[in-house]
Amino acid sequence: MLSQFFEFEFLRTTLYTGLIIGLIAPLLGTFVVVRRLSLIADGLSHVTLAGIAFGLFMDKKYGLAVLTPFTSGTIFSIFGAILIERLRTVYKAYQDLAIPIILSGGVGLSVIFIALADGLNNDLYSYLFGSVSAVSKQDFNTIWIIALIVLSLVALFYKELFMLSFDEEHAKVSGIHSKSIHLLFILLTALVISASIRIVGVLLVSALMTLPVASSIRIAKGFKQTIVYSILFGEASVILGIVSGYYLEIPPGGTIVMVLIAFLIITTTVQKLWLKSQRKKAIV
Amino acid sequence: MTETIVELKNIRYAYEDKIALKDVNLSIQRGAFLGLVGPNGGGKTTLIKLLLGVLTPQQGSIELFGTPVEKFKHWSKIGFVSQKANAFNRGFPATVKEVVATGLTAQIGYFKFFNKKHRDKVKEAIELVGMSEYIDKNIGDLSGGQQQRIFIARALVSEPEFLILDEPTVGIDTENVQKFYELLGKLNQEKKITLLLVSHDIGTMTSHANGVACLNKEIHFHGDTEAFHNLSEQRISSFYGHDLNIVTHNH
Repeated sequence: MLSQFFEFEFLRTTLYTGLIIGLIAPLLGTFVVVRRLSLIADGLSHVTLAGIAFGLFMDKKYGLAVLTPFTSGTIFSIFGAILIERLRTVYKAYQDLAIPIILSGGVGLSVIFIALADGLNNDLYSYLFGSVSAVSKQDFNTIWIIALIVLSLVALFYKELFMLSFDEEHAKVSGIHSKSIHLLFILLTALVISASIRIVGVLLVSALMTLPVASSIRIAKGFKQTIVYSILFGEASVILGIVSGYYLEIPPGGTIVMVLIAFLIITTTVQKLWLKSQRKKAIV
Repeated sequence: MTETIVELKNIRYAYEDKIALKDVNLSIQRGAFLGLVGPNGGGKTTLIKLLLGVLTPQQGSIELFGTPVEKFKHWSKIGFVSQKANAFNRGFPATVKEVVATGLTAQIGYFKFFNKKHRDKVKEAIELVGMSEYIDKNIGDLSGGQQQRIFIARALVSEPEFLILDEPTVGIDTENVQKFYELLGKLNQEKKITLLLVSHDIGTMTSHANGVACLNKEIHFHGDTEAFHNLSEQRISSFYGHDLNIVTHNH
């Protein structure tokens, strides 16, 4: 069944891309979830959509191939991340307000660029829901470079990122540059989102960051274990989702998320049963 | 002569036009176990923020280990347990070991990684607060008193010479408060750590600390515990205000 994935180059590229984002999305997602910033992923993915729509529009109107939709999406995502941070300092008492502002701004811009580019086309559909055939060689090169950057920066600043996530005040008092570390974190999130969009799509990219963590957090002990389990769930969902999506002719965004939801139901049930058996043991 | 590790001179601090501290003079000698008491809103937390360099006084000077606070660099000599330490997200997936290790993050510095020496220090700090058997447990699964011990271990892991604790016993039951003070006594006697303990609970504290300072915008008293017990109740009430509830435990 998998033979076609080794036969066709585009499927191989898709699978490799899937394996890369199955690693980096849950990795960053663990920090996103424990900091209770899950909605940031949604905000940023919609800004990325605006960038993609902008790229499609430029391409269609002016035939400018300098900026691929993927590159302009990445650039928008990074600016969106910086903007969210700015807004969070402007609205100190309403920090969650930054996200709806960014999200609606992103969708608004997307609608405008889509209309200017004469409406929805197939390309855009694949950006919304992901695709098994959309990852070009050029996209793939950018994606693995992004992954290398993300992995090395997370490894390098792991202890600071963890400290800031667990106790921001303690980090500040200890003399950690919490603002810079936070900015680094949000920029990495923006990069991961733009890298993941080709496969899972704008609408479901936040799911690949947060759902694996939602499963993992139920059964893991400690932060490192949470990351490891999240990545395992992420990778499994990406492989199962891409393969089944290809054979069922469904965009992989949908199948990946359904696999993740299944994992969530299984881990929650297993954890409940385990707790019950522990309680029984305690009584006996 | 013992070394003075904290020296506050003529400190004044106001939040906009509301005075929090005025004419505060206070010095803490190495090896002391000083209890800082005073009513809510008396400026205790402000004083700590000034000591930690989070706030800057509008008047007066602060010296830590003989260095003006604005030039002080050796922050790892000072450990701090915040009254908000317990306010973390209970569902946070972090083991005791991981939480205590964050106490070393700043000391290790950027671009460097944990090594075996650091991991041993983490184990030692957890052992010191008597929590070794919980080392791999998630912090959220522990009781409030146990979590408090972990936060002390986090402050101790960088081997501070001076430890500041801000209302550390809030929300902890009486039995554990007793154990907690025994731990502090041990740190002070055996590890020779200088302690500054901030509390509004005069009774329990004065039976363990060896010095007391009373703060209500100004320092109203600073002396050893015995002298404090000899103060007339009237005098204590006069600065402490109406919410006074002293139960002294004379041993």
